Amino acid sequence: MTGPSEWPEISFEDRMATTRFDVHERPHIVVDGSVCEGCSTRQCIVACPADLFVPTADGGILFNYEQCFECGTCYLVCNREGAISWSYPEGGYGVVFKRT
Amino acid sequence: MADFDVVVVGAGPAGACAATVLARKGRSVLLLERGPFPGSKNMYGGVVYPRMLDQLHPEWWDDVPYQRWITRRSTMMLTDSQAISVDFRTAAWGRPPYNGMTAYRPDFDHWLARKAERDGAELLCATTATGLLRDGDRVVGVRTDRPDGDATAEVVIACDGVNSFLAKEAGLFGTVDASNYTLGVKETLAMPKEVIDERFAVRGREGVDIEILGGTSGVGGGGFVYTNLDTLGVGVVLKVPALAAQSIRPEAIIAALKAHPAIAPLVDGGELVEYSAHLIPEAGLSMIPTLATHGMVVAGDAASLCLAAGIWLEGVNFAIASGMYAGEAVDEALQARDVSVQGLAGYERRLASTFVLRDHRKLRRVPALMLSDRVQNEYPQLAANVVERMFRVDNPAPKPGLRRIVKEERRRAGIRLRHLARDAWAGVRGFG
Repeated sequence: MTGPSEWPEISFEDRMATTRFDVHERPHIVVDGSVCEGCSTRQCIVACPADLFVPTADGGILFNYEQCFECGTCYLVCNREGAISWSYPEGGYGVVFKRT
Repeated sequence: MADFDVVVVGAGPAGACAATVLARKGRSVLLLERGPFPGSKNMYGGVVYPRMLDQLHPEWWDDVPYQRWITRRSTMMLTDSQAISVDFRTAAWGRPPYNGMTAYRPDFDHWLARKAERDGAELLCATTATGLLRDGDRVVGVRTDRPDGDATAEVVIACDGVNSFLAKEAGLFGTVDASNYTLGVKETLAMPKEVIDERFAVRGREGVDIEILGGTSGVGGGGFVYTNLDTLGVGVVLKVPALAAQSIRPEAIIAALKAHPAIAPLVDGGELVEYSAHLIPEAGLSMIPTLATHGMVVAGDAASLCLAAGIWLEGVNFAIASGMYAGEAVDEALQARDVSVQGLAGYERRLASTFVLRDHRKLRRVPALMLSDRVQNEYPQLAANVVERMFRVDNPAPKPGLRRIVKEERRRAGIRLRHLARDAWAGVRGFG
């Protein structure tokens, strides 16, 4: 189904720019891309609402923690032990919701 | 001697209410919040049912930061091109004591936590609890990411949300099963108040709650549209394993919902001002963890106390109530100088004798039924087709009888009578 063309969907980058993130220098989630090599499901790529998991040409996964909602979906769907080390950001950092 | 009588981790509704109860009893309470202010990490599917606050903050409606009072509630079933709504409105819900309201969680949670602070709890924001302090098998405090950040306490109340690392560290959860969770994603769309009033047929501070079955691009779950004062909350709730197995992304599922012919006229032109996402513990009674261990109890989403039973979608009220009961039970345990799991048993007793666990027990079969493929896809299609044929005037052909329509449409949809009968019975039993 197509939407009315006078209201085009905004780009994903603009979408994410509507949410405030106070980024700490320490990544709170670390993805070990070598564990991801050979993963056939790669469900993180589809499920992450912030689209932070990017497949690389050599079969690995690149991950950027900066615009993370801290939701926890990635570690729920990941079935490779040790691929995702998940923790919360330093106190006061990370996503800051205002109108939701 | 511990630093505090009680450390409450997480200043959402559960933590704030637990801290309020304990501070009023004269206990020393540290209320930790990892965000820069309470509510900054929180989003939800839109409606707070605040009647539990009658006990804690009488006439809470005088200063609660709300958006609109829900006076109109639509339950909608969508197929690709059809929609059926059951639309209910009542003026009574627009007057005290009200029934439900839309509110921004960063406003509401902040307001509730400040009340705990005014009652004497020490609110410390921008502080992440990184683990538990233990003495043998007893929890005796938390570790935080502050320098010298250990805080010892007689009792820890974990209100650290759906991912509750503290409850997991304490061994209160068995294995974590992705199929117990849904992912909520939401767009906040700015729209002038007059436009919202006109499109949703409301006035003043009246508001609308639309709960949607179907319309999620074949991924199990549901959708919602909520009216705030000058924004709409539009989003979907998606079964996590189903989402992960599909090749369609969450924002594309929202886009498809917004483009549906029944939804587009409501949301068109709304400007995206915030995009948010959060997990929901959706499986009900079957996923609720062990609620206490020596020196610790768990409340709110951390205890999976969300109610996602089809037509009832509640969570903040369960957080408020479980936090209050945790506060009462912990005070009782401190008084009896027994904070072992036996000494804290008053918590589960309180939950079991009130709506918190009684609603969950009563509706324990509903979450799985609502997320089944037949309820998600086949029945909305069947119902829409039946209604479409009932109201279609096919002259010169005479009107077919209702029984014939149902029979033909059921066959066309490939739904077996015994499945329909079984699900109908499950529905009657589940909601009864």
